[in-house]
Amino acid sequence: MSDNLAKASRHVSFLRGRERWKSAEIAFWLTLVGVYFVFPSSLVFASQILITGLFALSLDMILGYAGIVTLGHAAFFGIGAYTAGLMAAHGWHDPFLGLLVAGVTAGIAGYLCSFLLSKGGDLTRLMITLGIGLLLYEVVNSATKYTGGVDGLQGVEIGKLFGVFGFDLYGKTAYIYVLIISFLLFVFTRSMMNSPYGLALRSIRENQTRALAIGIPISACLTNIYSIAAVIAGIAGALLTQTTQFVGIDVLSFQRSADLLLILIIGGTATMYGGFVGAVVFLLAQNWLSNLNPQYWQFFLGILLIVMTLYLRGGILGGFSRLVNLFRHWRNKEHS
Amino acid sequence: MNAILQTRDLWKAFGGLIVTKNVNLSLAPGARHALIGPNGAGKTTLINQLTGVLRPSSGSVWLDGEEITRIPANERVCRGLSRTFQINTLFPQLTPLEAVTNAICVRERTRLNILKRRFFRVSRRSAVIDEAYALLEQLNLAQDCLVETHTLAYGKQRLLEMALALATKPKVLLLDEPAAGVPEGESDELFEVLNTLPKEISILLIEHDMNLVFNFADRITVLVNGEELVTGTPSEIVEDPRVREVYLGKGH
Repeated sequence: MSDNLAKASRHVSFLRGRERWKSAEIAFWLTLVGVYFVFPSSLVFASQILITGLFALSLDMILGYAGIVTLGHAAFFGIGAYTAGLMAAHGWHDPFLGLLVAGVTAGIAGYLCSFLLSKGGDLTRLMITLGIGLLLYEVVNSATKYTGGVDGLQGVEIGKLFGVFGFDLYGKTAYIYVLIISFLLFVFTRSMMNSPYGLALRSIRENQTRALAIGIPISACLTNIYSIAAVIAGIAGALLTQTTQFVGIDVLSFQRSADLLLILIIGGTATMYGGFVGAVVFLLAQNWLSNLNPQYWQFFLGILLIVMTLYLRGGILGGFSRLVNLFRHWRNKEHS
Repeated sequence: MNAILQTRDLWKAFGGLIVTKNVNLSLAPGARHALIGPNGAGKTTLINQLTGVLRPSSGSVWLDGEEITRIPANERVCRGLSRTFQINTLFPQLTPLEAVTNAICVRERTRLNILKRRFFRVSRRSAVIDEAYALLEQLNLAQDCLVETHTLAYGKQRLLEMALALATKPKVLLLDEPAAGVPEGESDELFEVLNTLPKEISILLIEHDMNLVFNFADRITVLVNGEELVTGTPSEIVEDPRVREVYLGKGH
């Protein structure tokens, strides 16, 4: 094997280098572990950031990698959140079972919706996803008897993890739980995006006509990734339910879908980490700006968004990688 | 008939407009067949019916003895019918190496189980990557295979068009104006590549550049108003008075 590695030609090692775990990635996850020790009083907020990041990762799979635009991704987050909530409120208290069922339910919903999206352009997709989101919101809103409507779902009781670790008031268990689940799903997504399947997806985003002409079954691929993204969004929703022991109807709101799009674009699409970075920046900014001015904080967010789209293409991570390249270029010049 | 690619009584109409009129095209294995005709003769529409982008109104398309009229476009590629595009249709943000590797992975996907296809890194398919690199090298793209496609010079992008089509290991290759837009000085590279394509690949060439057509093709079909005017060897075509009339107008 080592012999093989040594002999690997330049072009193979080029691809290998792209797929390798970078030190910045390891640092990122270690930082998240560090948060547990450094900010013990903000773990509830930190969990929310992570959940939002995971949710944004699921959007990145379809928007960043496969190129499907959507304004209704909260539908799957909400389905997951309500599934986990309803289960916990009706006697199934085990968190892992809740995650599993929530993921599967959201996945099935995603699979069914995907057939509406496999054909048609961006505008069609925006309208259809928007429609699905609004529709689901009203269904949940009107089924007050089961969902609590605008008052939210009460009586969500989550059991202990493995029957040992209970969810505490400071969100310590919750943070560790969310971190581990997010990391596992991240590794799952990462390896999928670096596989031949992920390459095929990116090529669909780049050019559908050509993707079809080299034999990629486009509709099948899109149906597939849309369902998988729905599973992950559903699990993210279930995590929110389980860590807050409550489901508010805002999990399904249009605002959540729109915010998610902002988060991913601020962070950077098709970078794997854009969702997490965007979630950190967005939620911290939201927290900070709304403290400065509770009524008009979105004013500043608007400015930030316009400036970023105009001058920072590829989001924060896109800008960051350009900086790194610039620095490398400069250093190479110094050396030569 | 042991034609590798064949159409039988192919018709295509958009409303009242007939764009393909009873076309019976037949490609022998190993053929170098050119399809020419004035603008609007329906050449591209015909290609689109062969590749499955358009469904013919009636008639059938056959590949290597099997009817493929109702088979979806991507499945036709797997069966060995591949094409290039008149206008560069590439993956701008992928490197040529990734693009060609992708095409080969798609071709070979039935050999990998779902786990390997979905979760194993692309770089573990070193045999595939080596094959992709060899193909790029053959098309003089080795130097440029690690930069993003959109940064390549136009002529290089034309070559990549060809590389992507060849990566699918086609039995039949449809070349839709491969030299379109390439300045005269740079087209030599392209012609050379065309001439070195293996004989096992049957080629249908659509081209406006008559120089290229007459150098390359052993059979030529002239298409006019969606209808096959004449099919024959290059010398038969040159001497055919009807062809002269179409291209030069009456009175010549």
